[in-house]
Amino acid sequence: MVLSNKKIAVLSGKGGTGKTLVSVNLAASAKDAVYIDCDVEEPNGHLFLKPKDIESEPISIKIPSVDKSLCDGCRKCVDFCKFNALAYIYNRLIVFEEVCHSCGGCALFCPKNALSEKEKTIGEVQKGVSENVSVITGILNTGEASGTPIIKKLMNEASTLKEPTFIDCPPGSACIVMDSIKDADYCVLVAEPTLFGVHNLNMVYELVKLFNKPHGVILNKCLESENPAEKFCIEKGIKILGKIPFDNQLGILNSNAKVAVRENEEYKDIFSTLLQKITKEVLV
Amino acid sequence: MKIAIPVDDKSILTSVCMSFGRTPYFLIYDTESKESVFLDNSAVASQGGAGIKAAQTIVDNKVSVLLTPRCGQNAAEVLKAANIEIYKTMNDCIKDNINAFIEGKLTMLKEIHAGFHNHGAK
Repeated sequence: MVLSNKKIAVLSGKGGTGKTLVSVNLAASAKDAVYIDCDVEEPNGHLFLKPKDIESEPISIKIPSVDKSLCDGCRKCVDFCKFNALAYIYNRLIVFEEVCHSCGGCALFCPKNALSEKEKTIGEVQKGVSENVSVITGILNTGEASGTPIIKKLMNEASTLKEPTFIDCPPGSACIVMDSIKDADYCVLVAEPTLFGVHNLNMVYELVKLFNKPHGVILNKCLESENPAEKFCIEKGIKILGKIPFDNQLGILNSNAKVAVRENEEYKDIFSTLLQKITKEVLV
Repeated sequence: MKIAIPVDDKSILTSVCMSFGRTPYFLIYDTESKESVFLDNSAVASQGGAGIKAAQTIVDNKVSVLLTPRCGQNAAEVLKAANIEIYKTMNDCIKDNINAFIEGKLTMLKEIHAGFHNHGAK
């Protein structure tokens, strides 16, 4: 069984649960694969995969620019902008670039054609290769309001790929997570064995149900003791794909930025088994 | 000279509002006529940029001075462009603050915060 061009999104309710561990190692376990880092505010999959031959492409959005000689202060743009990105003070139009959502409405509404759109770079997309894995990383510049334009670019890239693709989603269940899972064929939810972990798992579980996505859970950081996240999955009838133990060895590999399956036979087995299970689920 | 203060209700007995951009009302006090006018803050339920819109209202009402407990970056930029001075309120009482300002006892607001941007004020 081969996954071919399927897209697997990996998500969790909060950062630090193990999305990057899971998506990086699943990609490394596959024969040929693509790893896409959609956690654009803090992409760190590349730290493990250390891709080579990196090509980068800047990503920009459109923001309004004023021609002062044409603006007669009618304020149609100010009144139109629902995000209040424009203010008209002392015969001068002020644009707040970081508040602007790039809808272009102000330029359309301007009766004097005083507003045009200019490009503003907000980040970049980097592409490289790490052994069998093509690595695509979205990076949002610090201080920029929204990573959505970068996620959209990443998802456009993903739609053309022929290899199985593992999407490392941003934490939580906000808009950019929705953009990241919209075209996914399957969602892998990662959960921690705590009550807090159950709360976070529930957030993303509600999200994948809303999007009607087939899904399963990987229980991470598992100990011998009781696992509230496992209990939650059993109660709700959510498929458990597998368990990753909480152990020192993995912790050390992780903190040394190593890909576990490339270093350790035990983890190679764990992740190949997980990959097989996911493949089965996706191809059903 | 007109003074603006963000306030919680349409009464001189109400308190100073902790938020400039999201305050429900503004009190505009005219030091010459000693008249008080209450304005609705149309920015209170904005999806974003409330400080910018609230500051635009203050500018449009030809205010010279704003008394507020705090002010965000974007609002401060609008107010600065209109040469409106920002003074820090000393307590929650509107009358105390107006009197203190007239007597020259209020200090300029120096700490402009980066804005809460929908993350809520404490």
